[in-house]
Amino acid sequence: MQSKIKNWLDSGAPFVWLNAGAVSVSVVMVVGLIALIAVRGLGHFWPSDIAVFDYAFAPDSESSQLMGEFIDEETVLRARAGNPAYAGATIKRHLLKTGNRDISGLDFSWILDAGIKHKTYPDDAMVVERREWGNFYGFLNSVQLDGHNLQNNATLWATLEQAITQNNAVFDEIRYIEKNLIGGINYKMEKLRLKERELVLKEENTPVNLQALIAQREALQLAYNSHTATLETLYATLNSASLTATTADGQAVSIALSKVIRVYRPNAMSLPDKVLFYFEKFWEFLTDDPREANTEGGIFPAIFGTVLMVIIMAVIVTPFGVIAAVYLREYATQNLITRLIRIAVNNLAGVPSVVYGVFGLGFFVYFLGGSIDQLFFPESLPAPKFGTPGLLWASLTLAILTVPVVIVATEEGLSRVPRAIREGSLALGATKAETLWRTVLPMTTPAMITGLILAVARAAGEVAPLMLVGVVKLAPSLGVDGNAPFLHLDRKFMHLGFHIYDVGFQSPNVEAAQPLVYATALLLVVLIIILNLTAIRIRNSLREKYRAAEQT
Amino acid sequence: MAAEKIEKYAEDIAVTESSTATRTHAIDMNNIVDTAVDMKLANEKTCIAVSNFSLFYSGKQALKNISLTIPEKRATAFIGPSGCGKSTLLRCFNRMNDLIEGVTTAGNIKLEGNDIFDKSINVADLRRRVGMVFQKPNPFPKSIYENVAYGLRIQGIKDRRTIDTVVEKSLRGAALWDEVKDRLEDLAMGLSGGQQQRLVIARAIAIEPEVILLDEPASALDPVSTLKIEELIYGLKDKYTIVIVTHNMQQAARVSDYTTYMYMGEMIEFNDTSTLFTNPHKKMTEDYITGRYG
Ligand SMILES: Nc1ncnc2c1ncn2[C@@H]1O[C@H](COP(=O)(O)OP(=O)(O)O)[C@@H](O)[C@H]1O
Ligand SMILES: [Mg+2]
Repeated sequence: MQSKIKNWLDSGAPFVWLNAGAVSVSVVMVVGLIALIAVRGLGHFWPSDIAVFDYAFAPDSESSQLMGEFIDEETVLRARAGNPAYAGATIKRHLLKTGNRDISGLDFSWILDAGIKHKTYPDDAMVVERREWGNFYGFLNSVQLDGHNLQNNATLWATLEQAITQNNAVFDEIRYIEKNLIGGINYKMEKLRLKERELVLKEENTPVNLQALIAQREALQLAYNSHTATLETLYATLNSASLTATTADGQAVSIALSKVIRVYRPNAMSLPDKVLFYFEKFWEFLTDDPREANTEGGIFPAIFGTVLMVIIMAVIVTPFGVIAAVYLREYATQNLITRLIRIAVNNLAGVPSVVYGVFGLGFFVYFLGGSIDQLFFPESLPAPKFGTPGLLWASLTLAILTVPVVIVATEEGLSRVPRAIREGSLALGATKAETLWRTVLPMTTPAMITGLILAVARAAGEVAPLMLVGVVKLAPSLGVDGNAPFLHLDRKFMHLGFHIYDVGFQSPNVEAAQPLVYATALLLVVLIIILNLTAIRIRNSLREKYRAAEQT
Repeated sequence: MAAEKIEKYAEDIAVTESSTATRTHAIDMNNIVDTAVDMKLANEKTCIAVSNFSLFYSGKQALKNISLTIPEKRATAFIGPSGCGKSTLLRCFNRMNDLIEGVTTAGNIKLEGNDIFDKSINVADLRRRVGMVFQKPNPFPKSIYENVAYGLRIQGIKDRRTIDTVVEKSLRGAALWDEVKDRLEDLAMGLSGGQQQRLVIARAIAIEPEVILLDEPASALDPVSTLKIEELIYGLKDKYTIVIVTHNMQQAARVSDYTTYMYMGEMIEFNDTSTLFTNPHKKMTEDYITGRYG
């Protein structure tokens, strides 16, 4: 027996088991994490059925009618459920999304399982998705369209859906005019104001110079007036229509169609309908702006901000890191000082990221940005242009945060380029710089990209330093738009990582926010995976090309 | 027992005597042969002249007071046991040793009368005039075409037509054209070792150097490829001055006009190849070429 155990130990099997166990635990954790956020996040967009039932919160109390979506259920100890009048040591209860926040003040409530009676799923239970106040749950009564009151009509639902589609088209048009056209005019107006201020500062505000500005301003004003006129007519068409509905407890409510995004009756929907609806909602999540303090709508600005920031960071960090690595490995004499620099660079990667945030705020934002404002944009002072957190400073801060990774990876790549290849190039009369540029650096690209992958993965997931140097809860405009110079490095931006924190912990409506936190987290993970996979593919194809050469 | 010992002793004496005899004989030969080489060399134009040249790797002497003239448009071979400094000397001709830290030299090397270690010499220009082929084929991780065009691109030549012509001519010159003409855009690493080495030679001749240095160019190749390379080198010496390092004596005999035997950083003998192999005038050379060395 003893020798059997000894044999088993000697065979190395326990070590193999230990290794396999460690790998399995890691795999289970990663898969489990992604599965958790995927299930929790993605379920949010599914059109759940609407239940209508009688509910009494105590056995002897009078029951009232409720309707809503069952979101979650749990079984808790009596005391935790607030010692209800129903019997039992543990109490089963459900989280019900009742919507109608404008009427009842809350749109989620915990209800006791024992109090539910006569639960049905009527086909005509309606959900109204609104731009404000969240969802409305109820039954459709009538539609007011063009001054007519349509009621009890067989085609009432179809009419309503059609009206809403039309309304949404108008709404999109309004949004386009407001955001792009009027936004553009405002942007130009602001530029004119700055130009005027500049003239005043330079004491060149001669009547001739000012006249030109005034003429431009008048032209803009004219355009602005015509846009507002269009807007007024559009708003008039929007506001004319409305619908009336009754809630589960019989209250009649009137909702203007201009506030409605869509209406649907989940209980009457077939499975293909629901799938279609699901993807529509998911698409909206990806492409829309957030609403209602980020608890509803989409997260497009956050995706855009994250990607844009990572791209700008990559554009800054790659040349910088590569140049530093080339100097360290190829030109600097290898002595104590280069060794110290190398150690310092490696340790820089371990500094907590919030420290970089503080540095970025102090050095980039206040010092550099402040100086830039004084030197180049005196006309906009006291309002700062670059002397305030923004896209450029956030990208720069993350660039210095990730530059050690790029340096280390590039140095490693440079050291792998065989001597024979360098000598071959030098023997043909190439100078050292030409050899570097034409042969060594191309062979180092896979290593550089490896460094960049690591840098991007780290930068896309950072939140703490960004909170100090440029990320905001809600950015009024994207970093790229149609107004010259098209890329606005001074603007603040939204970021997925910060969005998760904001929605999850700063939101007034915890229940509504929760699934969005998961969905956003999933998206952030997916985004990082996509960025990485792209880089890995590029690297592998390059590496294939250079592998044979590296063995000489 | 005693008789055996005496016999052995007598034998030893005989050996010593005979070797002394050969040495005396060799010394006699020496003067005659030296004059013959000198006369032969007098008809050659000097390409590289090495005089009293020594080289130290961080203080450790690797070349000891070498003097040597390498004739133009001839193939000169360096032979000698491994570690004797053949590569070191060869790499002085295009100043490849500049890359190694701690190398110091004494004496001088002249290429067509100009000291290559002179301050006014541009090393890149020197290397354009003195091409080099290394022991292991080292094509760049680029297409076959780009490998050959590399030297031209370095010189700033952009005209596609010029480059096309030179690439074809060089590949033909390296006897590789027929094998690769249909796949010029393929990666050079896809070629066989022998083809790669010929590609590297094509790359070197594309910039029309005056001298081509070859450091054991066939030692990593199979016999068939070796033969091809040898034929190629044999053909190249009409147009270029060739200096080839080899540890293969048959190879030296086959391709070179002159041969230098080196040992422990010293030049032992420099001679016309056929003389050196059939009638060496130094005992050490004879030992080496007859395989009695080491
Ligand atoms: N980079 C170097 N640093 C120090 N010593 C070297 C270096 N290269 C060669 N040597 C030494 O110089 C001597 C000659 O080497 P080498 O010219 O390569 O010999 P060969 O080519 O004849 O085999 C050897 O003793 C070798 O150890
Ligand atoms: Mg050698």
